[in-house]
Amino acid sequence: MSLRSPLSQARGLGSAKEGVGHWWMQRLSALALIPLALWFVFSIARYHVADYPTMMAWVHAPLVAVTLVLFFIAGFYHSALGVQVVIEDYVGNEALKIGGIALVKLAHFALAAASIFAVLKIAFGAP
Amino acid sequence: MAENTTASKSAQIAARPLSPFMLGPYYKFQLTSVLSFAHRLTGLGLSMGTVLIAIWVLAAAAGPWSYAQFAQVARSIPGEVLLFAWSWALLYHLCNGIRHLVWDTVHGFDLKNTYLGGYLVVALSLVLTAAVWIVAFAF
Ligand code: HEM
Repeated sequence: MSLRSPLSQARGLGSAKEGVGHWWMQRLSALALIPLALWFVFSIARYHVADYPTMMAWVHAPLVAVTLVLFFIAGFYHSALGVQVVIEDYVGNEALKIGGIALVKLAHFALAAASIFAVLKIAFGAP
Repeated sequence: MAENTTASKSAQIAARPLSPFMLGPYYKFQLTSVLSFAHRLTGLGLSMGTVLIAIWVLAAAAGPWSYAQFAQVARSIPGEVLLFAWSWALLYHLCNGIRHLVWDTVHGFDLKNTYLGGYLVVALSLVLTAAVWIVAFAF
């Protein structure tokens, strides 16, 4: 008989040993992305043809800069969680699976940091 | 009986259609499974798209020259086609994602509502894609 409670034995299970936390954060980030992504598609449709000064002035506006940063946080987080699920579903080899997930997470962290830095650099720079 | 020899058995097994050949003539496609797979495919496509989005803001932050380089590619015909496809992928994934979130509340699982939601998601994603591009350029 184990002295651990049933709850503590069940915690942290699942294919990547994360329990229900992953599932919940995928939903929470999805919820945040509904308004953020809608705003972002529209903004890209509009600003991908902008010239350099227009683009700078747009990102420089505090509301736009903050919304961009929020989109990047929610988007990269959601994306990393999502790709992890796909790897768990299709990659059988345990070492390859853990290695793949690690690589995906690190790549998402790097891209998120670079994107957020880029926005802040423009936002804090000269208008 | 000849049918029961090992040789004819393995010949029979070899002649069986393997899974990709099942699709179409033997396996009937359903809206539900196609949309489910499309959610995964658009999700992966969007994940790859985030690399281009990162390059976009990094190019802008790096200065006018690098921004001009990126803009030139983005405004080429292949660039515009990719961007348009990306916008539909995002809006489809968004609409179907809302459908997922509704399912998570244990609603809409019966056959009628599953199909209704499916058709609604496809229609809404197309209407939203058209709306985004019309509004972005007309106003
Ligand atoms: C930056 C944009 C987005 C990216 C890169 C992205 C990426 C992904 C990926 C890779 C998956 C995993 C697919 C799978 O497991 O089959 C996923 C799942 C999901 N996405 Fe997104 N997504 C984005 C935006 C959104 C938005 C706006 C919503 C809005 C509701 C959303 C809702 C969901 C939901 C609910 C799931 C879980 C589906 C399931 O359990 O099978 N996503 N996403």
